[in-house]
Amino acid sequence: MELETTSLTAWEKVQLARHPQRPLTLDYIENLFEDFIELHGDKLYGDDLALIGGIGVFEGKGVVIIGHNKGKNIKENIARNFGMPHPEGYRKALRLMQLAERWHLPVISFVDTPGAYPGIGAEERGQAEAIGRNILEAFNIRTSILVVVIGEGGSGGALGIGVGDKVIMLENAIYSVISPEGCAAIIWKDSKEAEKAAEMLKLTAQDLIKFNIIDEIIPEPPGGAHTDILKTMSLVKDAIERNLEIICNKDIDTLLEERYQKIRKIGVFEENLVPKAGVEPARSPSST
Amino acid sequence: MPIADWFSRKPKYAELKPVKKEIPEGLWTRCPKCLEILYNKELERNLKVCPKCGYHFKLGAWERISQLTDEDSFQELDGHLESVDALSFGGDIYLEKLRNDKEKTGINEAIVTGICKIENYSCLLGVFDFGFIGGSMGSVVGEKVTRLFEYGSKEIVPVVIVSTSGGARMYEGMLSLMQMAKTNGALNRYRKNGGVFISVLADPATAGVLASFASQGDVIIVEPGALIGFAGPRVIEQTIKQKLPEGFQRSNFVFQHGMVDIIVERNELKSVLGRIIKIWNLRQLR
Repeated sequence: MELETTSLTAWEKVQLARHPQRPLTLDYIENLFEDFIELHGDKLYGDDLALIGGIGVFEGKGVVIIGHNKGKNIKENIARNFGMPHPEGYRKALRLMQLAERWHLPVISFVDTPGAYPGIGAEERGQAEAIGRNILEAFNIRTSILVVVIGEGGSGGALGIGVGDKVIMLENAIYSVISPEGCAAIIWKDSKEAEKAAEMLKLTAQDLIKFNIIDEIIPEPPGGAHTDILKTMSLVKDAIERNLEIICNKDIDTLLEERYQKIRKIGVFEENLVPKAGVEPARSPSST
Repeated sequence: MPIADWFSRKPKYAELKPVKKEIPEGLWTRCPKCLEILYNKELERNLKVCPKCGYHFKLGAWERISQLTDEDSFQELDGHLESVDALSFGGDIYLEKLRNDKEKTGINEAIVTGICKIENYSCLLGVFDFGFIGGSMGSVVGEKVTRLFEYGSKEIVPVVIVSTSGGARMYEGMLSLMQMAKTNGALNRYRKNGGVFISVLADPATAGVLASFASQGDVIIVEPGALIGFAGPRVIEQTIKQKLPEGFQRSNFVFQHGMVDIIVERNELKSVLGRIIKIWNLRQLR
């Protein structure tokens, strides 16, 4: 039964990942954590409702939770800027990751954003600097970080809270360098070709596990995460529990070394040390 | 010979095609800012900065390298790294793009890296070329930048990277996005080993490259008039549905908002880099 959704096209998965009824970070917080206290503000400029965070209890253990949060309806979406953070959101997330380190609590990061907000204030306050700093500092956080991609992983805006020891991803979530619409606009000057672009970008969990960009795919109920919220919650809970167990039992120096080495290896290229034909005659081993 | 053949007969000798009058194009350039017609030789002597209005033209990677490094000191590293079409991106869209831009720029990737001397000080240098797929960062660019920080860690050599880039390379999908994490992770290690990273931003430096190592320099230098930002101005205009103010995201704007250390004109860049490295070299290790 659970295999049903894996036959979906990339574009269908994009629709599911963006589905208005798809569970959001706050739904996971409500269902999987006890005693949650939201902590607000970056202590520098403001509080970003598109990227929230706080402390809570998961299966008897203290944790720090951060995550993008969209809204459930138009009004809420406007308040939460459709889950598109400003720099203060990323700075709050970093502050909370550093708090987690000091308190010796693991971080659980929920990724669900169309992207970091492209706006005037965001640029004035250093959107690129905030994301860049988070990515860099994530390698220094001396506690376990588990990243859970629950909906849309929108490029740098996602990666700003996306560096961790394990990255797990829901079966119909997406994670992409650019939105399919943006990609289509660049290639065909027409964002309506997004369906084709979605296929080309290899943005599904099934694609990304092949490139070692994610570590595990969390199955969804047939029809998608929103069709059976309780089932989704229990599947995500199991995955979080299992992965936390692994990363919380590692010595911190080993953990940080592995966090870096895993990402250090990502990339596909050719390393052609042999001079190209025509530059020097090619020699077979027997002729030397 | 039938008379008809007289008309269809190919000329016996090579045909002299009318020579196109390309002289004005090759000798002169119009400044896009002040519209002044500039004599190319003079423009080149002036490091490709408009002598009339100070507009900084974009530079190819090798032009920049020859402007910044001491004569004959630059030795390229990792020039043999080549991109592959890991995603089989839309048939041969990416492969064709790579082929075209290799031909157009004469380099085989969007960054050239190497070791060199600047004002007699050894340093590792990486220079982006915007002409190569918009200076975008895919697996090869990410790997070359990462290795630059790794080489710099061994004997602690300063790293200078001149970034001019549209961001992560779409054609390599998430592999490109992850290069942001890879390069930043490498920078972090390099810095912990005592390294110093000078980030030079040239027009334009945006998105994935700025939102990773380029915004994290110990010192961040920007050339005048450069576009520096996370999102491109067109994307912002479409999102907020209004026109952006004059000078938005330009060097003065990011300087006033505290995002960069200094604005340095091109003819001063080499000596400023030399001075920074000199001061760093005067450190007292305790």
